[in-house]
Amino acid sequence: MGAESSPRIAIVDESPIRAAILEEGLREAGYTEVVRIGEMQSLLSRIYALDPDVIVIDLENPSRDILEQMFQVSRAVRRPIAMFVDQSDTASIQASVDAGVSAYIVDGLKKERLKPILDLCISRFNAFSRLQDELDRTKSALEERKVIDRAKGILMKLKGLTEEEAYVLLRSTAMREKKKIGEIAQSILTASELLK
Amino acid sequence: MKETLQIGFIPLIDAGALLVAVDKGFTAAEGLDVTLVREVSWSNVRDKLNIGLFDAAHLLAPVAIASSLGLGHIKVPIVAPFNLGLNGNAITVSSALHAAIMAEIDGDPFDPMATATTLSRVVASRRKDGAEPLTFGMTFPFSTHNYQLRFWMAAGGVDPDEDVRLVVLPPPFMVESIAGGQVDGFCVGAPWNSIAVDRGVGRILHFGSDILQRAAEKVLAVREGWCAKNPHIVAALVRAAQRAAEFVEEPQNRIEVARILARAEYVGVDPDLILRTLEGRLKISAEGTVRESRRYLLIGRQEAPRPDPVQAAWLYAQMVCWGQAEMSHDALQTAHAVFRPDLYDQALGSAAKPIRASDSVGAFAGPAFDPENVARYLASFPIGRQKPR
Repeated sequence: MGAESSPRIAIVDESPIRAAILEEGLREAGYTEVVRIGEMQSLLSRIYALDPDVIVIDLENPSRDILEQMFQVSRAVRRPIAMFVDQSDTASIQASVDAGVSAYIVDGLKKERLKPILDLCISRFNAFSRLQDELDRTKSALEERKVIDRAKGILMKLKGLTEEEAYVLLRSTAMREKKKIGEIAQSILTASELLK
Repeated sequence: MKETLQIGFIPLIDAGALLVAVDKGFTAAEGLDVTLVREVSWSNVRDKLNIGLFDAAHLLAPVAIASSLGLGHIKVPIVAPFNLGLNGNAITVSSALHAAIMAEIDGDPFDPMATATTLSRVVASRRKDGAEPLTFGMTFPFSTHNYQLRFWMAAGGVDPDEDVRLVVLPPPFMVESIAGGQVDGFCVGAPWNSIAVDRGVGRILHFGSDILQRAAEKVLAVREGWCAKNPHIVAALVRAAQRAAEFVEEPQNRIEVARILARAEYVGVDPDLILRTLEGRLKISAEGTVRESRRYLLIGRQEAPRPDPVQAAWLYAQMVCWGQAEMSHDALQTAHAVFRPDLYDQALGSAAKPIRASDSVGAFAGPAFDPENVARYLASFPIGRQKPR
C-alpha cells in the first residue's frame, strides 16, 4: 500500500443504518475504500478476504471477541493485527468506549493515520445515538398523544364535554394531583377498561 | 456513606456469586451500592475495567494475567482477590464427532487420554480422506477454555494449531455453530454445554475437571492501583461475594438461586437448566444420560473462592506453551501476583495460609506442575509453540 492511497476500512456493524451513516461519513472525508460487514457468520474469513487496514466494530457486537483472535500469531493469520491503542492512548480508548465503537489497526498502517478515522467514527456514533434518543422520545411523545386523545374521547362521551373541556379537565386534574397529563389519561383508560 | 460501584459481568452461571451478592443485598449490607452491567464480550469487560468505567468485573482468569503482562492489549495491572468459578467448563462435541470417537475408542470414554488419542486417529483418517480439518470453538484466546482444549488434544498427539482449527466464538453463538456444522466441538462454560445437549446438537464429552482437577476459570477482578487505594471497598466486596458463594452452594437455596440467575437481566435461561448445573448433575446426551460430579462447578465449596497463585502460574505456563507469552522469571512472578489470597484472607479475617506448594492443578497428563520450574514442566510436553528466547 502506498503512503498516499486510501486505507481500506471494514465496518463491522449489525445495524445497517448506523453502518451506512458511518460509511457515508468516511466517504465524505475522502476514504474511498470502505466495506460494510453486517453478517457475523464466518466473520474472520470475510475479514481475511477483505484484508482491511482498519476494522471498526460496534461495542454491542459480541463478535468483537472473534477479532481478538487475530492478535494471536497462528497458522491461519496472514498479517498480525495490533490494537491502535498503546500506553499513551487511553484518552482515545475512553472516547471510543463512551461512544460505543472500537477500532483495530492492521500492522503496517501508521497510527497517525487512524486517528482521524477513529475521531470521525466516534462523532458519527455519537450522532447516531442522539438520533436514536430523539426517535425514542418522539415515539413516546406520539404514544402519549394517542393515550390523551383516547382519554379525551372517553370524557367527552361519559360527561358530555367538548374536546376543549375534556382537555381542561385532564390538565387541571393533573395539576391538582401533581402528575403528568399522560399519567391521568392512562388511568382513565385503565379505569374504563376495568369498568367495561 | 455508601460506596457506589459499577461491576461488569458476562451472562454465565459462574457470575453467580457476584449476581447473588448484589441481588440478595449482601453487597448493600457491606455498604456497597453496586450497579451490575451486563456485557456482550470479554473484550468489552476487559477494556471497561482497564479504563475505569468498571470498578470491578467478572473476568476470565487468563485475561487478568494477560492484562497485567500487557499481552494482546494495553498493559494494566489487574488483581484477583476472589475466584468466582472453578471447573464449570465442559467440552461438547457434535453428534457426528462423538460417534466417530466412540466407534474408534479403546478404553473408558470418560478417560481424557483415551478420547484424545482416539481424536488423533480420527484426525489422521480425515486427513487421509482429504476431509476438512475439524474445527473447535472456544471463548477467548486468553481463556482457561482455550488451554483445556489444547492441553487435552495435545496429550493425545493432536497439534491444536496444525491438525485442527481453533476459533474464538462468543458463548451465545456456540450452540448455533455446532448445529450449523461450522464447528465440530467446543469448550465453554455453563450453561452453554447443557443448552447444546438440550437442543440435541451435541454431547458433553468431558467435564473440565476431567482435564484439570482444579481450574480457575473466572475471577472477580479489580485494577491493582484502584485496589491499593480502596482496600476497604475490596474487602467489603470479597466478604459479600464469599457470603453469596456460600449461599449458592447450600442445597436448600438452589431453587432460589436458579430463579435469580434465570432472570433476563442476569443470565436469562431456563431455571431448571441452571439447577442441573448447580447440582453438578448434567445431562450429557439428548437421550438423557446424566453424569454427576462433585467437582463440577465449584463456586463456594472446596475452598474455591480463595485465589491460588499456583493456578495463575499454570495459566501463564500455558500462555508460554502456546506462544502467547515469552518465558521469563519476571513475567512468571507478575502472573503469580495477580491471584491474591492475602487480600481474601485479610477481608475475611482468616489466618494467612501458606500457598500450596504441591500440584493443585491436577492435570490428567504430564508430570505434576511445579510452579517453581515452569520451563522444565513445559519441556515434558512434545507439542507446543514456545517462542525462542
